Amino acid sequence: MIKIDINKKLHGANGEMDLNVNLEIKEGEFLALAGLSGSGKTTLLRILAGLETASGTINIHNNLWLNDKFCLPSQKREIGFVFQDYALFPNFSVLDNLLYVNKDKELANYLLKMTELEELKNRFPQTLSGGQKQRVSLCRALMNRPKILLMDEPLSALDSNMRTKLQNEILTLHKEFNTTTIMVSHDPSEIYRLANRVVILNFGEIINDGTPKDILLKTKGSQKFSFEGELLDIIKVDVIHVAIVSIGQQLVEVVVSKEEVKNLKIGQKVSLATKAFSPTIQGL
Amino acid sequence: MIEILKDIEFEPFLLSFKLAGITTFILFFISLPIAWYLSQTKSKFKPILEAFTALPIVLPPSVLGFYILWSLSFNSPIGAFFQEYFGIKLVFNFTGLVIASCFYSLPFMVQPLQGGLESINKNMLEASYISGKSRFETLFRIAIPNIKPALLTAIIVTFAHTVGEFGVVLMVGGSIPAETKVASVAIYEFVEVMDYTNAHIYSGIMITLSFLTLLGVYMFNGKQKNMLLGKK
Repeated sequence: MIKIDINKKLHGANGEMDLNVNLEIKEGEFLALAGLSGSGKTTLLRILAGLETASGTINIHNNLWLNDKFCLPSQKREIGFVFQDYALFPNFSVLDNLLYVNKDKELANYLLKMTELEELKNRFPQTLSGGQKQRVSLCRALMNRPKILLMDEPLSALDSNMRTKLQNEILTLHKEFNTTTIMVSHDPSEIYRLANRVVILNFGEIINDGTPKDILLKTKGSQKFSFEGELLDIIKVDVIHVAIVSIGQQLVEVVVSKEEVKNLKIGQKVSLATKAFSPTIQGL
Repeated sequence: MIEILKDIEFEPFLLSFKLAGITTFILFFISLPIAWYLSQTKSKFKPILEAFTALPIVLPPSVLGFYILWSLSFNSPIGAFFQEYFGIKLVFNFTGLVIASCFYSLPFMVQPLQGGLESINKNMLEASYISGKSRFETLFRIAIPNIKPALLTAIIVTFAHTVGEFGVVLMVGGSIPAETKVASVAIYEFVEVMDYTNAHIYSGIMITLSFLTLLGVYMFNGKQKNMLLGKK
Protein backbone atom coordinates (compact mmCIF):
# COMPACT_ATOMS: atom_id res chain seq x y z
CA MET A 1 0.00 0.00 0.00
CA ILE A 2 1.22 3.45 -0.91
CA LYS A 3 0.10 6.30 1.30
CA ILE A 4 0.62 9.86 0.15
CA ASP A 5 -0.38 12.85 2.20
CA ILE A 6 1.51 15.90 1.06
CA ASN A 7 1.28 19.63 0.85
CA LYS A 8 3.32 22.12 -1.10
CA LYS A 9 2.93 25.77 -2.02
CA LEU A 10 3.35 26.30 -5.74
CA HIS A 11 3.97 29.48 -7.65
CA GLY A 12 2.60 28.55 -11.02
CA ALA A 13 1.34 30.37 -14.06
CA ASN A 14 -2.03 30.68 -12.33
CA GLY A 15 -0.60 32.47 -9.31
CA GLU A 16 -0.09 30.93 -5.87
CA MET A 17 -1.67 27.59 -5.24
CA ASP A 18 -1.65 24.86 -2.65
CA LEU A 19 -0.90 21.35 -3.80
CA ASN A 20 -2.82 19.21 -1.37
CA VAL A 21 -2.92 15.52 -2.10
CA ASN A 22 -4.10 12.68 0.07
CA LEU A 23 -4.05 9.37 -1.78
CA GLU A 24 -3.86 5.67 -1.08
CA ILE A 25 -2.74 3.44 -3.91
CA LYS A 26 -2.91 -0.33 -3.88
CA GLU A 27 0.02 -2.43 -5.00
CA GLY A 28 -0.13 -3.19 -8.71
CA GLU A 29 -2.62 -0.41 -9.43
CA PHE A 30 -2.34 1.62 -12.64
CA LEU A 31 -3.35 5.14 -11.75
CA ALA A 32 -3.80 7.92 -14.27
CA LEU A 33 -3.36 11.54 -13.15
CA ALA A 34 -5.34 13.98 -15.23
CA GLY A 35 -6.35 17.62 -14.99
CA LEU A 36 -5.65 20.98 -16.55
CA SER A 37 -2.12 22.21 -17.15
CA GLY A 38 -0.69 23.78 -14.03
CA SER A 39 -2.86 21.75 -11.68
CA GLY A 40 0.16 20.15 -10.02
CA LYS A 41 0.34 16.74 -11.71
CA THR A 42 3.99 16.86 -12.67
CA THR A 43 4.93 18.36 -9.32
CA LEU A 44 3.22 15.49 -7.52
CA LEU A 45 5.20 13.03 -9.64
CA ARG A 46 8.44 14.87 -8.92
CA ILE A 47 7.73 14.90 -5.20
CA LEU A 48 7.18 11.14 -5.33
CA ALA A 49 10.46 10.77 -7.18
CA GLY A 50 12.29 12.82 -4.55
CA LEU A 51 13.21 15.49 -7.08
CA GLU A 52 11.26 18.12 -5.16
CA THR A 53 10.51 18.53 -1.49
CA ALA A 54 7.15 18.92 0.20
CA SER A 55 5.72 18.79 3.68
CA GLY A 56 3.68 15.79 4.74
CA THR A 57 4.34 12.08 4.56
CA ILE A 58 4.91 9.45 1.90
CA ASN A 59 4.86 5.83 2.95
CA ILE A 60 5.59 3.06 0.46
CA HIS A 61 4.90 -0.51 1.56
CA ASN A 62 5.71 0.53 5.14
CA ASN A 63 8.93 2.26 4.11
CA LEU A 64 9.05 5.91 5.01
CA TRP A 65 10.08 8.13 2.09
CA LEU A 66 9.10 11.48 3.46
CA ASN A 67 8.03 13.13 6.67
CA ASP A 68 8.71 16.47 8.29
CA LYS A 69 12.21 15.49 9.41
CA PHE A 70 13.27 13.09 6.75
CA CYS A 71 13.38 12.88 2.97
CA LEU A 72 14.75 9.78 1.30
CA PRO A 73 16.95 10.83 -1.63
CA SER A 74 15.89 9.87 -5.17
CA GLN A 75 18.85 7.52 -5.41
CA LYS A 76 17.42 5.25 -2.71
CA ARG A 77 13.76 5.23 -3.66
CA GLU A 78 13.98 2.46 -6.26
CA ILE A 79 11.60 4.04 -8.71
CA GLY A 80 11.34 4.19 -12.45
CA PHE A 81 10.64 7.51 -14.14
CA VAL A 82 9.69 8.00 -17.78
CA PHE A 83 10.17 11.59 -18.90
CA GLN A 84 8.14 13.24 -21.63
CA ASP A 85 11.36 14.14 -23.48
CA TYR A 86 12.84 10.64 -22.91
CA ALA A 87 16.00 11.98 -21.19
CA LEU A 88 18.17 9.19 -22.60
CA PHE A 89 21.93 9.35 -22.15
CA PRO A 90 23.34 10.34 -25.57
CA ASN A 91 26.81 9.01 -24.76
CA PHE A 92 25.56 5.44 -24.27
CA SER A 93 24.14 2.92 -26.70
CA VAL A 94 20.58 1.65 -26.19
CA LEU A 95 21.83 -1.38 -24.26
CA ASP A 96 24.24 0.69 -22.16
CA ASN A 97 21.44 3.12 -21.29
CA LEU A 98 19.70 0.17 -19.65
CA LEU A 99 22.84 -1.32 -18.10
CA TYR A 100 23.74 2.04 -16.55
CA VAL A 101 20.84 1.56 -14.14
CA ASN A 102 21.58 -2.05 -13.33
CA LYS A 103 24.13 -4.46 -14.73
CA ASP A 104 21.51 -7.19 -15.17
CA LYS A 105 22.14 -8.12 -18.83
CA GLU A 106 19.47 -10.78 -18.84
CA LEU A 107 16.75 -8.34 -17.78
CA ALA A 108 17.99 -5.74 -20.28
CA ASN A 109 17.84 -8.19 -23.16
CA TYR A 110 14.45 -9.45 -22.03
CA LEU A 111 13.01 -5.91 -21.94
CA LEU A 112 14.52 -5.04 -25.31
CA LYS A 113 13.07 -8.20 -26.79
CA MET A 114 9.62 -7.45 -25.40
CA THR A 115 9.64 -3.96 -26.90
CA GLU A 116 11.11 -5.12 -30.23
CA LEU A 117 14.28 -3.11 -29.72
CA GLU A 118 16.74 -6.01 -29.84
CA GLU A 119 18.03 -5.10 -33.28
CA LEU A 120 18.69 -1.53 -32.18
CA LYS A 121 20.56 -2.30 -28.99
CA ASN A 122 23.92 -1.07 -30.24
CA ARG A 123 22.53 2.12 -31.76
CA PHE A 124 22.86 5.51 -30.09
CA PRO A 125 19.79 7.49 -28.98
CA GLN A 126 20.30 10.31 -31.55
CA THR A 127 19.68 7.83 -34.36
CA LEU A 128 16.31 6.59 -33.04
CA SER A 129 12.78 7.79 -33.79
CA GLY A 130 10.61 9.32 -31.06
CA GLY A 131 8.69 6.10 -30.49
CA GLN A 132 11.86 4.05 -30.27
CA LYS A 133 13.39 6.52 -27.82
CA GLN A 134 10.36 6.36 -25.58
CA ARG A 135 10.48 2.56 -25.59
CA VAL A 136 14.13 2.67 -24.53
CA SER A 137 13.18 5.14 -21.82
CA LEU A 138 10.42 2.82 -20.61
CA CYS A 139 12.78 -0.17 -20.55
CA ARG A 140 15.38 1.86 -18.68
CA ALA A 141 12.80 2.86 -16.07
CA LEU A 142 12.04 -0.82 -15.44
CA MET A 143 15.67 -1.88 -15.11
CA ASN A 144 15.84 -1.45 -11.34
CA ARG A 145 12.59 -3.41 -10.87
CA PRO A 146 10.97 -0.28 -9.41
CA LYS A 147 8.52 -0.16 -6.53
CA ILE A 148 6.63 2.53 -8.43
CA LEU A 149 6.79 3.47 -12.08
CA LEU A 150 6.15 7.17 -12.68
CA MET A 151 5.39 8.40 -16.18
CA ASP A 152 5.02 12.07 -17.06
CA GLU A 153 2.95 12.31 -20.27
CA PRO A 154 5.11 9.60 -21.79
CA LEU A 155 3.34 9.43 -25.15
CA SER A 156 2.21 12.99 -25.74
CA ALA A 157 5.02 13.76 -28.20
CA LEU A 158 4.16 10.82 -30.47
CA ASP A 159 1.69 10.44 -33.32
CA SER A 160 -1.52 8.51 -32.74
CA ASN A 161 -0.42 5.22 -34.37
CA MET A 162 2.77 5.08 -32.36
CA ARG A 163 0.80 6.01 -29.27
CA THR A 164 -1.53 3.03 -29.66
CA LYS A 165 1.40 0.70 -30.24
CA LEU A 166 3.19 1.94 -27.16
CA GLN A 167 0.04 1.81 -25.06
CA ASN A 168 -0.11 -1.89 -25.85
CA GLU A 169 3.51 -2.32 -24.83
CA ILE A 170 3.00 -0.42 -21.60
CA LEU A 171 0.04 -2.67 -20.87
CA THR A 172 2.04 -5.82 -21.62
CA LEU A 173 4.90 -4.67 -19.40
CA HIS A 174 2.48 -3.72 -16.65
CA LYS A 175 0.93 -7.18 -16.71
CA GLU A 176 4.35 -8.82 -16.78
CA PHE A 177 5.92 -6.90 -13.89
CA ASN A 178 2.79 -5.79 -12.04
CA THR A 179 4.54 -2.54 -11.13
CA THR A 180 2.43 0.04 -9.35
CA THR A 181 2.21 2.81 -11.92
CA ILE A 182 1.27 6.46 -11.86
CA MET A 183 0.94 8.12 -15.25
CA VAL A 184 0.16 11.72 -16.10
CA SER A 185 -2.02 11.81 -19.20
CA HIS A 186 -4.46 14.10 -20.98
CA ASP A 187 -5.75 11.52 -23.41
CA PRO A 188 -9.05 9.90 -22.33
CA SER A 189 -8.63 6.91 -24.65
CA GLU A 190 -5.16 6.31 -23.29
CA ILE A 191 -6.42 6.51 -19.72
CA TYR A 192 -9.31 4.18 -20.51
CA ARG A 193 -7.06 1.59 -22.11
CA LEU A 194 -4.29 1.59 -19.53
CA ALA A 195 -5.50 2.73 -16.14
CA ASN A 196 -7.81 1.12 -13.64
CA ARG A 197 -8.17 4.31 -11.66
CA VAL A 198 -8.23 8.01 -12.53
CA VAL A 199 -7.50 10.91 -10.25
CA ILE A 200 -8.37 14.38 -11.51
CA LEU A 201 -6.41 17.29 -10.07
CA ASN A 202 -7.61 20.85 -10.25
CA PHE A 203 -5.61 23.74 -8.76
CA GLY A 204 -3.73 21.33 -6.56
CA GLU A 205 -6.80 19.55 -5.16
CA ILE A 206 -8.22 16.16 -6.06
CA ILE A 207 -11.67 16.80 -7.50
CA ASN A 208 -12.47 13.35 -8.80
CA ASP A 209 -11.27 9.83 -8.08
CA GLY A 210 -12.70 6.65 -9.55
CA THR A 211 -12.67 4.18 -12.41
CA PRO A 212 -12.00 5.55 -15.91
CA LYS A 213 -15.48 4.44 -17.02
CA ASP A 214 -17.26 6.34 -14.25
CA ILE A 215 -15.23 9.47 -14.66
CA LEU A 216 -14.56 9.72 -18.37
CA LEU A 217 -17.92 8.66 -19.86
CA LYS A 218 -19.81 11.88 -20.43
CA THR A 219 -23.29 10.59 -21.37
CA LYS A 220 -26.10 11.41 -18.97
CA GLY A 221 -29.57 9.85 -18.57
CA SER A 222 -30.99 8.57 -21.86
CA GLN A 223 -28.21 10.11 -23.96
CA LYS A 224 -26.86 7.60 -26.45
CA PHE A 225 -23.63 9.50 -26.84
CA SER A 226 -22.28 12.84 -25.93
CA PHE A 227 -19.16 14.65 -27.12
CA GLU A 228 -17.46 17.79 -26.02
CA GLY A 229 -16.17 20.04 -28.71
CA GLU A 230 -15.49 23.60 -29.80
CA LEU A 231 -17.96 25.58 -31.88
CA LEU A 232 -15.96 26.84 -34.85
CA ASP A 233 -18.56 28.52 -37.02
CA ILE A 234 -22.27 28.94 -37.68
CA ILE A 235 -23.21 29.14 -41.37
CA LYS A 236 -26.62 30.23 -42.66
CA VAL A 237 -27.79 27.97 -45.50
CA ASP A 238 -31.11 29.16 -46.98
CA VAL A 239 -33.50 28.98 -44.05
CA ILE A 240 -31.47 26.80 -41.73
CA HIS A 241 -28.26 27.32 -39.73
CA VAL A 242 -25.41 24.82 -39.71
CA ALA A 243 -22.96 24.73 -36.80
CA ILE A 244 -19.45 23.46 -37.42
CA VAL A 245 -18.10 21.75 -34.34
CA SER A 246 -14.60 20.39 -33.81
CA ILE A 247 -14.57 17.18 -31.78
CA GLY A 248 -11.19 15.65 -31.17
CA GLN A 249 -9.48 15.63 -34.54
CA GLN A 250 -12.74 15.72 -36.53
CA LEU A 251 -15.13 18.39 -37.74
CA VAL A 252 -18.89 17.72 -37.77
CA GLU A 253 -21.89 19.68 -39.03
CA VAL A 254 -25.05 20.00 -36.97
CA VAL A 255 -28.27 21.73 -37.97
CA VAL A 256 -29.35 24.27 -35.37
CA SER A 257 -32.51 26.33 -35.07
CA LYS A 258 -32.71 30.12 -35.09
CA GLU A 259 -33.37 30.17 -31.33
CA GLU A 260 -30.43 27.91 -30.59
CA VAL A 261 -28.12 30.17 -32.60
CA LYS A 262 -28.92 33.05 -30.24
CA ASN A 263 -27.55 31.11 -27.30
CA LEU A 264 -24.36 29.96 -28.99
CA LYS A 265 -21.11 31.86 -29.30
CA ILE A 266 -18.41 30.97 -31.79
CA GLY A 267 -15.37 29.65 -29.96
CA GLN A 268 -17.29 28.36 -26.95
CA LYS A 269 -17.18 24.79 -25.65
CA VAL A 270 -20.27 22.81 -26.51
CA SER A 271 -21.53 19.35 -25.88
CA LEU A 272 -23.07 17.40 -28.69
CA ALA A 273 -25.45 14.60 -27.75
CA THR A 274 -28.24 12.57 -29.26
CA LYS A 275 -31.07 10.59 -27.68
CA ALA A 276 -33.50 9.32 -30.29
CA PHE A 277 -31.25 7.45 -32.65
CA SER A 278 -29.40 4.24 -32.18
CA PRO A 279 -25.79 4.93 -33.13
CA THR A 280 -24.26 2.43 -35.50
CA ILE A 281 -20.67 1.34 -35.22
CA GLN A 282 -18.52 -0.02 -38.01
CA GLY A 283 -14.91 -1.06 -38.20
CA LEU A 284 -12.68 1.02 -40.47
CA MET B 1 67.80 33.82 -42.78
CA ILE B 2 68.70 30.24 -41.81
CA GLU B 3 71.51 31.65 -39.70
CA ILE B 4 69.02 33.72 -37.73
CA LEU B 5 66.64 30.81 -37.26
CA LYS B 6 69.50 28.68 -35.96
CA ASP B 7 70.11 31.19 -33.20
CA ILE B 8 66.55 31.16 -31.89
CA GLU B 9 66.26 30.23 -28.28
CA PHE B 10 63.33 27.89 -27.88
CA GLU B 11 63.55 27.94 -24.09
CA PRO B 12 60.93 30.74 -23.67
CA PHE B 13 58.43 28.84 -25.83
CA LEU B 14 59.02 25.62 -23.96
CA LEU B 15 58.58 27.50 -20.70
CA SER B 16 55.34 29.11 -21.93
CA PHE B 17 53.89 25.75 -22.94
CA LYS B 18 55.08 24.00 -19.79
CA LEU B 19 53.48 26.73 -17.69
CA ALA B 20 50.25 26.60 -19.71
CA GLY B 21 50.11 22.80 -19.53
CA ILE B 22 50.58 22.61 -15.77
CA THR B 23 48.19 25.51 -15.14
CA THR B 24 45.49 23.94 -17.33
CA PHE B 25 45.87 20.58 -15.59
CA ILE B 26 45.58 22.08 -12.10
CA LEU B 27 42.78 24.46 -13.07
CA PHE B 28 40.69 21.66 -14.56
CA PHE B 29 40.43 19.94 -11.20
CA ILE B 30 39.91 23.19 -9.28
CA SER B 31 37.29 24.52 -11.72
CA LEU B 32 35.23 21.39 -12.22
CA PRO B 33 33.66 21.38 -8.73
CA ILE B 34 33.13 25.17 -8.91
CA ALA B 35 31.47 24.95 -12.34
CA TRP B 36 29.34 21.96 -11.29
CA TYR B 37 28.20 23.76 -8.15
CA LEU B 38 27.43 26.98 -10.05
CA SER B 39 25.51 25.10 -12.74
CA GLN B 40 23.31 23.23 -10.26
CA THR B 41 22.77 25.65 -7.39
CA LYS B 42 19.81 27.91 -6.84
CA SER B 43 21.51 29.60 -3.89
CA LYS B 44 21.28 33.35 -3.57
CA PHE B 45 25.06 33.41 -3.10
CA LYS B 46 25.59 32.18 -6.65
CA PRO B 47 26.08 35.68 -8.17
CA ILE B 48 28.71 36.48 -5.54
CA LEU B 49 30.74 33.38 -6.38
CA GLU B 50 30.24 34.01 -10.10
CA ALA B 51 31.48 37.58 -9.76
CA PHE B 52 34.54 36.39 -7.84
CA THR B 53 35.52 33.79 -10.41
CA ALA B 54 35.05 36.31 -13.23
CA LEU B 55 37.18 39.03 -11.56
CA PRO B 56 40.45 38.17 -13.36
CA ILE B 57 38.77 38.97 -16.69
CA VAL B 58 38.15 42.60 -15.79
CA LEU B 59 41.02 43.33 -13.42
CA PRO B 60 44.19 44.81 -14.92
CA PRO B 61 46.91 42.13 -14.70
CA SER B 62 48.94 44.56 -12.61
CA VAL B 63 46.31 44.51 -9.85
CA LEU B 64 46.31 40.74 -9.82
CA GLY B 65 50.11 40.63 -10.01
CA PHE B 66 50.45 43.12 -7.20
CA TYR B 67 48.21 41.18 -4.81
CA ILE B 68 49.80 37.86 -5.67
CA LEU B 69 53.26 39.32 -5.09
CA TRP B 70 52.12 40.94 -1.89
CA SER B 71 50.54 37.79 -0.50
CA LEU B 72 53.19 35.28 -1.63
CA SER B 73 56.41 37.17 -0.95
CA PHE B 74 58.29 36.09 2.13
CA ASN B 75 57.20 39.24 3.92
CA SER B 76 53.66 37.90 3.97
CA PRO B 77 52.42 35.15 6.33
CA ILE B 78 51.72 32.74 3.44
CA GLY B 79 55.08 33.29 1.79
CA ALA B 80 56.89 33.11 5.14
CA PHE B 81 55.07 29.89 6.05
CA PHE B 82 56.09 28.11 2.83
CA GLN B 83 59.62 29.43 3.03
CA GLU B 84 60.11 28.37 6.63
CA TYR B 85 58.41 24.97 6.69
CA PHE B 86 58.87 23.68 3.15
CA GLY B 87 61.78 25.80 1.96
CA ILE B 88 59.71 26.84 -1.07
CA LYS B 89 59.95 30.32 -2.50
CA LEU B 90 56.65 31.38 -4.07
CA VAL B 91 57.70 34.39 -6.12
CA PHE B 92 60.24 35.05 -8.88
CA ASN B 93 60.36 31.40 -9.81
CA PHE B 94 58.33 28.90 -11.78
CA THR B 95 56.13 27.86 -8.82
CA GLY B 96 55.05 31.46 -8.40
CA LEU B 97 54.19 31.65 -12.10
CA VAL B 98 51.97 28.58 -11.83
CA ILE B 99 50.10 29.99 -8.83
CA ALA B 100 49.65 33.37 -10.52
CA SER B 101 48.48 31.74 -13.75
CA CYS B 102 45.90 29.67 -11.87
CA PHE B 103 44.30 32.86 -10.59
CA TYR B 104 44.67 34.67 -13.87
CA SER B 105 43.12 31.92 -16.03
CA LEU B 106 40.47 30.64 -13.61
CA PRO B 107 37.45 32.24 -15.37
CA PHE B 108 38.56 30.83 -18.71
CA MET B 109 38.21 27.34 -17.33
CA VAL B 110 35.16 27.86 -15.09
CA GLN B 111 32.93 29.75 -17.53
CA PRO B 112 32.88 27.33 -20.50
CA LEU B 113 32.52 24.38 -18.12
CA GLN B 114 29.66 26.08 -16.29
CA GLY B 115 27.98 26.97 -19.59
CA GLY B 116 28.30 23.41 -20.80
CA LEU B 117 26.96 21.92 -17.57
CA GLU B 118 24.06 24.38 -17.50
CA SER B 119 23.06 23.43 -21.03
CA ILE B 120 22.65 19.75 -20.13
CA ASN B 121 19.05 18.55 -20.07
CA LYS B 122 18.17 18.52 -16.35
CA ASN B 123 15.91 15.52 -16.86
CA MET B 124 18.93 13.54 -17.96
CA LEU B 125 20.72 14.24 -14.70
CA GLU B 126 17.56 13.46 -12.75
CA ALA B 127 17.18 10.20 -14.66
CA SER B 128 20.65 9.31 -13.45
CA TYR B 129 19.85 10.15 -9.81
CA ILE B 130 16.68 8.09 -10.03
CA SER B 131 18.77 5.23 -11.40
CA GLY B 132 20.51 5.28 -8.02
CA LYS B 133 23.65 7.11 -9.10
CA SER B 134 25.34 9.70 -6.88
CA ARG B 135 26.01 13.27 -7.98
CA PHE B 136 29.68 12.42 -8.34
CA GLU B 137 29.03 9.45 -10.61
CA THR B 138 26.46 11.46 -12.59
CA LEU B 139 29.01 14.24 -13.13
CA PHE B 140 31.68 11.91 -14.46
CA ARG B 141 29.60 9.39 -16.39
CA ILE B 142 26.73 11.52 -17.70
CA ALA B 143 27.51 15.24 -17.47
CA ILE B 144 31.14 15.42 -18.62
CA PRO B 145 30.86 12.99 -21.57
CA ASN B 146 27.97 15.07 -22.88
CA ILE B 147 29.74 18.44 -22.82
CA LYS B 148 32.78 17.51 -24.92
CA PRO B 149 32.78 20.74 -26.97
CA ALA B 150 32.58 22.88 -23.82
CA LEU B 151 35.26 20.75 -22.20
CA LEU B 152 37.62 21.18 -25.14
CA THR B 153 36.89 24.91 -25.33
CA ALA B 154 37.65 25.28 -21.62
CA ILE B 155 40.93 23.38 -21.83
CA ILE B 156 42.19 25.02 -25.00
CA VAL B 157 41.15 28.55 -24.11
CA THR B 158 42.74 28.23 -20.68
CA PHE B 159 45.91 26.87 -22.25
CA ALA B 160 46.00 29.58 -24.90
CA HIS B 161 45.21 32.32 -22.44
CA THR B 162 48.03 31.20 -20.17
CA VAL B 163 50.46 31.07 -23.09
CA GLY B 164 49.41 34.61 -23.92
CA GLU B 165 49.65 36.12 -20.45
CA PHE B 166 52.19 38.85 -19.93
CA GLY B 167 51.52 41.37 -17.19
CA VAL B 168 51.06 38.97 -14.32
CA VAL B 169 54.03 36.78 -15.22
CA LEU B 170 56.28 39.76 -15.56
CA MET B 171 55.27 41.05 -12.12
CA VAL B 172 55.33 37.75 -10.27
CA GLY B 173 58.11 36.03 -12.17
CA GLY B 174 60.35 38.73 -13.53
CA SER B 175 62.48 37.61 -16.44
CA ILE B 176 64.85 34.91 -15.27
CA PRO B 177 66.09 32.87 -18.26
CA ALA B 178 64.97 29.23 -18.20
CA GLU B 179 62.96 29.89 -15.03
CA THR B 180 60.39 32.63 -15.60
CA LYS B 181 61.24 34.14 -18.98
CA VAL B 182 58.28 32.99 -21.04
CA ALA B 183 57.74 33.80 -24.72
CA SER B 184 55.65 36.92 -24.16
CA VAL B 185 58.25 38.38 -21.81
CA ALA B 186 61.03 37.51 -24.25
CA ILE B 187 59.24 39.39 -27.04
CA TYR B 188 58.80 42.41 -24.76
CA GLU B 189 62.53 42.44 -24.09
CA PHE B 190 63.41 42.17 -27.79
CA VAL B 191 61.23 45.19 -28.50
CA GLU B 192 62.76 47.09 -25.61
CA VAL B 193 66.26 46.61 -26.99
CA MET B 194 64.95 47.27 -30.52
CA ASP B 195 65.84 43.79 -31.79
CA TYR B 196 62.91 43.76 -34.20
CA THR B 197 64.11 40.74 -36.19
CA ASN B 198 63.83 38.43 -33.22
CA ALA B 199 60.63 40.14 -32.05
CA HIS B 200 59.16 39.39 -35.48
CA ILE B 201 60.24 35.77 -35.43
CA TYR B 202 58.97 35.13 -31.90
CA SER B 203 55.69 36.95 -32.56
CA GLY B 204 55.24 35.10 -35.85
CA ILE B 205 55.68 31.76 -34.11
CA MET B 206 53.18 32.78 -31.42
CA ILE B 207 50.58 33.87 -33.99
CA THR B 208 50.94 30.66 -36.00
CA LEU B 209 50.71 28.36 -32.98
CA SER B 210 47.74 30.24 -31.50
CA PHE B 211 45.88 30.27 -34.80
CA LEU B 212 46.41 26.55 -35.36
CA THR B 213 45.22 25.72 -31.85
CA LEU B 214 42.04 27.78 -32.19
CA LEU B 215 41.40 26.42 -35.68
CA GLY B 216 41.60 22.90 -34.26
CA VAL B 217 39.07 23.73 -31.53
CA TYR B 218 36.54 25.28 -33.89
CA MET B 219 36.86 22.43 -36.37
CA PHE B 220 36.33 19.84 -33.63
CA ASN B 221 33.38 21.71 -32.11
CA GLY B 222 31.75 22.11 -35.52
CA LYS B 223 32.04 18.37 -36.09
CA GLN B 224 30.61 17.57 -32.64
CA LYS B 225 27.64 19.85 -33.20
CA ASN B 226 26.89 18.28 -36.56
CA MET B 227 27.09 14.85 -34.99
CA LEU B 228 24.60 15.83 -32.32
CA LEU B 229 22.26 17.22 -34.96
CA GLY B 230 22.59 14.03 -36.97
CA LYS B 231 24.36 15.68 -39.94
CA LYS B 232 27.43 14.22 -41.60
